[in-house]
Amino acid sequence: MKRLLKIYMEKPELAALVLLVLLVILFQVQSGGVFLSANNLRGILGILPEIGLMVIGVTILMICGEFDLSVGSVFALMPMVMAVLMADGTPFILAFGAGIAACAAIGFVNGFLTINYNIPSFITTLGMLFIARSLTIVISGGFPPLLPNDLPNWLFTVFVGPGDLFRMSFVWFVVIAVLASLMMSRTNFGNWIRATGGFLPAAQAMGIPTARVKIACFMLCSMLAGFAGMIQVLRLGSPLPSIGEGWELQAVAAAVIGGTALSGGIGAVLGGVIGAILIRVIDNGLVLSQVDANWFKFAIGFLTIFAVVVNSWLAKRAKAIKVET
Amino acid sequence: MSHPIISVRNLHKWYSGVHALKGVSLDIYPNETVGLIGDNGAGKSTLINILSGVQLASEGEIHLDGKPVRIRSPRDAMDLGIETIYQYNSMVPTMSIARNMFIGREPLKFRLFGLGVMDHKQMAAESTDAIAGAGLHLRSPDALVGELSGGQRQGVAIARAMHFKSRVMILDEPTNHLAVKETKKVIDFVRSLKDLNITGIFISHNIHHVFECCDRIVAMARGEVVLDKRAEDTSMDEILDVL
Ligand SMILES: Nc1ncnc2c1ncn2[C@@H]1O[C@H](COP(=O)(O)OP(=O)(O)O)[C@@H](O)[C@H]1O
Ligand SMILES: [Mg+2]
Repeated sequence: MKRLLKIYMEKPELAALVLLVLLVILFQVQSGGVFLSANNLRGILGILPEIGLMVIGVTILMICGEFDLSVGSVFALMPMVMAVLMADGTPFILAFGAGIAACAAIGFVNGFLTINYNIPSFITTLGMLFIARSLTIVISGGFPPLLPNDLPNWLFTVFVGPGDLFRMSFVWFVVIAVLASLMMSRTNFGNWIRATGGFLPAAQAMGIPTARVKIACFMLCSMLAGFAGMIQVLRLGSPLPSIGEGWELQAVAAAVIGGTALSGGIGAVLGGVIGAILIRVIDNGLVLSQVDANWFKFAIGFLTIFAVVVNSWLAKRAKAIKVET
Repeated sequence: MSHPIISVRNLHKWYSGVHALKGVSLDIYPNETVGLIGDNGAGKSTLINILSGVQLASEGEIHLDGKPVRIRSPRDAMDLGIETIYQYNSMVPTMSIARNMFIGREPLKFRLFGLGVMDHKQMAAESTDAIAGAGLHLRSPDALVGELSGGQRQGVAIARAMHFKSRVMILDEPTNHLAVKETKKVIDFVRSLKDLNITGIFISHNIHHVFECCDRIVAMARGEVVLDKRAEDTSMDEILDVL
């Protein structure tokens, strides 16, 4: 029993999960049952995958001990690259390949510069935040190109599921979240990521190619952010160059709320997913409760700090529970 | 006398301005335990890091069983049967014992280009065996390494090195930051290496520890070997003199 309690207290995503359940109940009661209505859920689940996919990449990169501030800009750049190419008559699938390749290249540059020149990733990706945003606006030529009308919306944005409760993007989100989670817990690569972020000298001494592991995580993070951006653009029907602004910080907040440590080695994809859901739930719940929308950022900020405090308290308490090792 | 298992010839290492190793040559024979001693900054860790693939030599040769070898990465060293236990501890505190045991050498159910799904069952079973084999009493291989005492961590590191059938085990100041009782355990382990058919290199700056468990004593100072004698042919005074 004590052992079980300890195991749960050591799960960093636990605090966020409890909070999520409490908030859902609160909003449900406060909104007189509207919060969990099919119509409202449709709204939440429609947008969730866009921040959620970004959070998955950010979480994995943070577990690996690095950090990416450029995801919000990459979120806008990838669909803009696609839109510009498609406006020139490039078929969707080729434009998609080019967009993902651009994201992979950005992730590679982020990782390569960070590792080769021993720069904090905070700085490299801050630079990339400006560069990618600027490129997005430059290639859009001032106003966003029109999207062709034969896009595969059936693959990304149409409503599906029981009562058309969610969009196809939600299916992508769930599948990618499950795969990412399995990668972290079941594969040797997941082991290497956690070791690299947990204690770099030990990972290196055990022969793990830590530079390559980190670069792979940077690339994965950028590609997921770009993919998420494309989904948003398909949903909105237009590639606005300003989308994703400020999302990089929301994504970090979600990861942290979900129990991922900035110092690396600690965290779980599931935690990040819960953090992303929390952010969407709060955004939506505040609107439903007719609270001034400007409280949204306050809530996210409060939650981020609160989650870290609770997690560190839980970890301390868990450590104090003495079980035979 | 038999042929050396490892022989190092004229090893040099520069760290930009610092000449950390100035032509070190050393023969290590099968099943002997060599105590490497010297003050901080003498170059002991540098020599060891070259043997374990963490650093590259600037100049010089390494022979294993008489054949020249190139150790370019920790993985190369491990594949040659050289396992190292570091002073700063080669464990990731935020990971379980079982995961730590197999970092970089995870048993896989299937693999594609070196990546694949880990066999958690095998990892748990083998780490339980390895821990018991090293004489440690740990209840579960799922415990986080961060929860273990310094001595227990070194115990797990030793269990890991033994599990992978090392031929040469290098221990770089493994007793730093350990309690007296735990230190004694590590010294006893070093003394038992011979019975396990493992060649040992034990680094310490504590001269008493080295005399307690080593057959041969090599002293280093300022990047050079300044003394190399069998333990019974030298004394603490002589070693303190040359350091
Ligand atoms: N990574 C490094 N970069 C630069 N200088 C180093 C590095 N590692 C060791 N040195 C220098 O090399 C010399 C030998 O160090 P080291 O091998 O750690 O000695 P010991 O282990 O005997 O205390 C010291 O002068 C140390 O400052
Ligand atoms: Mg040293």
